[in-house]
Amino acid sequence: MAQTITQKIFAKAANRKFVDPGQSVWLNVDVLLTHDVCGPPTFDIFKQEFGPKAKVWDPSKVVVLPDHYIFTANEHAHRNIDLLRQFAAEQGLPNYYDVGTDRYRGVCHVALAEEGFNLPGTVLFGTDSHTCTSGAFGMFGSGIGNTDAAFILGTGKLWEKVPDSMKFTFEGQMPEYLTAKDLILQILGDITTDGATYRAMEFDGEAVYSLPIDERMTLCNMAIEAGGMNGIIAADSVTEAFVKARTSKPYEIFHSDPDAQYHSMYRYNVEQMEPVVAQPHSPDNRATVRSVAGTPITKSYIGSCTGGKLTDFRLAAKILKGKQVSVTTNIVPATVLVASQLETEMYDGQSLRQIFEDAGCSIALPSCAACLGGPSDTVGRSVDNDVVVSTTNRNFPGRMGSKFAGVYLASPLTAAASAVTGKLTDPRDFL
Amino acid sequence: MDTIIQGKAYVLGKNIDTDQIIPAEHLVYSLSDPEEVKMYGKYALSGVPIEQAGLPEGGIPFVEEGYYSSPYSIIIAGPNFGCGSSREHAPFALKVAGARAIIAESYARIFYRNCVDGGFVIPFETAQPLNKSILTGDELSLDMENNTLTNLTQNVTYQLRPLGDVVNIVQAGGIFEYARKNDLMATTEA
Repeated sequence: MAQTITQKIFAKAANRKFVDPGQSVWLNVDVLLTHDVCGPPTFDIFKQEFGPKAKVWDPSKVVVLPDHYIFTANEHAHRNIDLLRQFAAEQGLPNYYDVGTDRYRGVCHVALAEEGFNLPGTVLFGTDSHTCTSGAFGMFGSGIGNTDAAFILGTGKLWEKVPDSMKFTFEGQMPEYLTAKDLILQILGDITTDGATYRAMEFDGEAVYSLPIDERMTLCNMAIEAGGMNGIIAADSVTEAFVKARTSKPYEIFHSDPDAQYHSMYRYNVEQMEPVVAQPHSPDNRATVRSVAGTPITKSYIGSCTGGKLTDFRLAAKILKGKQVSVTTNIVPATVLVASQLETEMYDGQSLRQIFEDAGCSIALPSCAACLGGPSDTVGRSVDNDVVVSTTNRNFPGRMGSKFAGVYLASPLTAAASAVTGKLTDPRDFL
Repeated sequence: MDTIIQGKAYVLGKNIDTDQIIPAEHLVYSLSDPEEVKMYGKYALSGVPIEQAGLPEGGIPFVEEGYYSSPYSIIIAGPNFGCGSSREHAPFALKVAGARAIIAESYARIFYRNCVDGGFVIPFETAQPLNKSILTGDELSLDMENNTLTNLTQNVTYQLRPLGDVVNIVQAGGIFEYARKNDLMATTEA
């Protein structure tokens, strides 16, 4: 019986030969991810339900990466970190990445990849909606709430309905002015913010397989912005090389059968696509950058799990080299590793960090920072009627701070080009 | 579980995301300390732009300044309610503020699961866009046995979609209660 890659992973995790879309199954979970916002309440529920002395089902499978509210004076945010620390110690969790130590990593979805937790064919649940990012590794990754996470902590299992799959095929050779962010914003404009609710979004095609892992992660990251349960790209030699460089754990590669059934299929030719943005206040409010070019902005923000990876900064540096930004421009590396790569990675004879500093950007410490607003002292948070061009993934009202601000979601190329001119600018003007 | 929920309507539009339900800056309070929990009530739905809060006129906060709970217990909304982040603080905040049920055209998956598995608020679906006919402040009666919603102010009754598979979890009061009743905790531990 023909199955999609998502069905095959579900079948394996449910110890079945095959599963049908719509069927509810109990999945064995390979990794549970949590962070500083949802970790403490998850641990509370776990203790309440399984008893104060209960032990998690498998300490090696619980990954705790504080990243959301790290560099703030907010006392409650600090308390959350203390609670993570306490639980990790009590339970003997080997995969706790404490703030203020050399184990600190930064944004969870990017750190999971760096640390070798993303393995083809496995099942990852995380208390963060962008857990779907990990689908870039040919695995199932999906966001859940605290109660479901607490259930997994105690049992290692969770029920899920097998999703229908939607397939998005990108043909052609990626032009230099186009990025994964443009591809996913294009899709969002086409299917809207609930166009994939309760479904898997599968990406393939020559253009997708030409992308580095960072870019594939961006594509899968925003599946949730269409309501998708997961985004997924079958593993290839690029994936395997990335994984093998970080872990020796075993994994299994699945592919969709050629005759698998899809809810719907979309085809794009990247050579005919243009840079796009999502206008305020919804990720599906798409416009070509050309059509909104000239709109004045007050801030540019390059960071987050979807826009703060090495590839994003390589792209931004291409535009910012030898230029000056004309609005406040925040560079927020997703992880400590990415931050160090800004020093070592060279473009045209200069380090990325030097390029950004010379251009007048502010470089922040690695974390989620203002992607989601956060406490009032958070770096890069929008205030008043700010108009922000941002490489983050969500622009609902108030998301980056102020309810009165407007956020344009864009590729790092567009965010960098716009930072230079102070208005929305098509990156082709600089390339 | 009560079979009838009666209360005032609070009407919203489409794509009410979890940042609007409880803005990120408020996620730092404890979800178990009774004093801090009140803050989730205070800030429930505080991220909704004011002109879209309490339709059709708007300008009505869900929770008045200086209060910790809402006079409205049934939320009426358009499609894709609860989209965005996975924060369980969102259905929790609605519950703390006094909301007991939501009636929307559709829901985002994680929010829907959180409502049901955490036993916070009951998420009903309706095929009709009820947020166009029900006004904020209308007195409503929700009949859980017959899946109907009566607008007592306007004297109209609407049919809602049955809760389907999740009705057992809703009736149990959440996934843990359900799992215990059905010996699933034991099974899953095996």
